[in-house]
Amino acid sequence: MTEHPVVIVGAAMGGLRTAESLRRAGYAGGIRMIGDELHAPYNRPPLSKDVLSTGVTHEAVAFPSRAETADVEWMLGSRAEAVDLESRSVTTADGTEHSYRALVVATGLRPRRLDFAPTPGRHAIRSLDDAMALRDVLVPGARVVVIGSGFLGCELGSTATKLGCSVTVVTPSAEPMIRPLGELLAHELRTRLEREGVAFFLGAEVIGLDDGVTLADGTVIPADVIIEAIGSDCNDAWLAGTGLDLSDGVLADNALRAVTTDGLAHDDIYVVGDIARFPNPMFDDVPRRIEHWNIPTDTGRRAGAVLGAYLGEGFTEAVATPFAPMPSFWSNQFDIKLQAYGLPGLADEAGIRILEGDLGGEVAVGYHRDDRLVGVVGVGLKAALLPYRQQIAGGA
Amino acid sequence: MYQCQNYGQCVFEAPNIFHLNDDDKLEHLAEADESERANVENAVDVCPMQAIRIVE
Ligand SMILES: Cc1cc2nc3c(=O)[nH]c(=O)nc-3n(C[C@H](O)[C@H](O)[C@H](O)COP(=O)(O)OP(=O)(O)OC[C@H]3O[C@@H](n4cnc5c(N)ncnc54)[C@H](O)[C@@H]3O)c2cc1C
Ligand code: SF4
Repeated sequence: MTEHPVVIVGAAMGGLRTAESLRRAGYAGGIRMIGDELHAPYNRPPLSKDVLSTGVTHEAVAFPSRAETADVEWMLGSRAEAVDLESRSVTTADGTEHSYRALVVATGLRPRRLDFAPTPGRHAIRSLDDAMALRDVLVPGARVVVIGSGFLGCELGSTATKLGCSVTVVTPSAEPMIRPLGELLAHELRTRLEREGVAFFLGAEVIGLDDGVTLADGTVIPADVIIEAIGSDCNDAWLAGTGLDLSDGVLADNALRAVTTDGLAHDDIYVVGDIARFPNPMFDDVPRRIEHWNIPTDTGRRAGAVLGAYLGEGFTEAVATPFAPMPSFWSNQFDIKLQAYGLPGLADEAGIRILEGDLGGEVAVGYHRDDRLVGVVGVGLKAALLPYRQQIAGGA
Repeated sequence: MYQCQNYGQCVFEAPNIFHLNDDDKLEHLAEADESERANVENAVDVCPMQAIRIVE
């Protein structure tokens, strides 16, 4: 291996895709992948869906490994603690300094936790290990309270119900998944989930977790298992003090180069995956983080291509190549299959309307900003969504 | 081991190989030319079900 490899911190989907793309871009030098999990990169979405109900093993979710990245140097179980941009070196928890010629930030997110004293029975899910721990306690008859009603919370509610648990979802929101779906579809989906046996406490504030889940109005919901699905925080502590803009994830430009608080882009530092906040000209010039599964792949490909050019040739052209990835998201809850394209969350309040189908069955809901379609969510529909996807990509 | 759920993401990556028919069912060629390898690998990457395997 070379003295100064490309160091990728975060050995998951975004990091893996970046390494593959670097190789495709012709970079043949060293790549060192530093990740604090012990598992080689794997696919997370099944951990709240089918795999959680069948069997949680690494084998079931591992990404296939490719010949092109066979010589990547894997440093698993190793945590980056700090980085010095001047001397170009990452320090891991064991004190080792890893000097680099270019750095890729791919450290993703971790579940946000409620601020209560630790009690047994509390779970959150991001990793394979989290899913294994959760699988063990989702036994028939278990009383499960899911806190948070985003896609993840609703999926976990669905899977736990299918496993024979009795499930209650507690949320401060007026409807589950209301952001980004909006009232219309969110209300319909809640009705469907209730029909399948999930109970909801809406507009509820959790004030304690001692004996079950205590709500602000005094209600106590008995719980054997508490799953916190209240959102995520960015794994950016190791970048503290670097001058990079960490105000929400790590700011990057459209070439995915990390940007400082002074607005300067580093040609040798790239940001990919859930932690990357970058502008997408498909919508506007506002940098956003997008926590969708396609983003680690799209940003990894992009960062690998630009970085490969930086280390090889054609950098200016690579940076100037347009990058406007289509956000895409899916979620499975009971027999409800949701598929989304674009950014529904950008819609004006009055810009949410049914495009085709009917709300009670298969439906496509359109999300408009200034009358332009910026997102579409389909329930049950698949190929029928593709023209809308086209429309979102086409702009105007 | 994973079932295709006809999301159609693969169609964007390798339109010469994958196709969604009028019944929302995915169809694909049994064999792909070597020149399509990069596209098919891209299709493998974007399949939400991780349902595509390349068999040499
Ligand atoms: C249970 C679950 C279900 C999901 N379902 C869907 C879905 O249905 N549809 C959808 O679109 N998206 C879904 N997602 C989101 C999708 O999985 C994420 O967008 C994707 O995993 C992000 O990949 P990433 O590589 O950016 O980050 P991550 O997968 O978070 O990887 C970051 C890696 O970096 C490691 N790391 C962090 N800090 C350090 C450090 N200091 N040093 C070394 N390593 C570090 C982490 O341990 C982790 O391995 C789901 C996510 C989860 C958890
Ligand atoms: S992307 Fe995967 S799930 Fe979707 S149609 Fe293609 S093979 Fe099927």
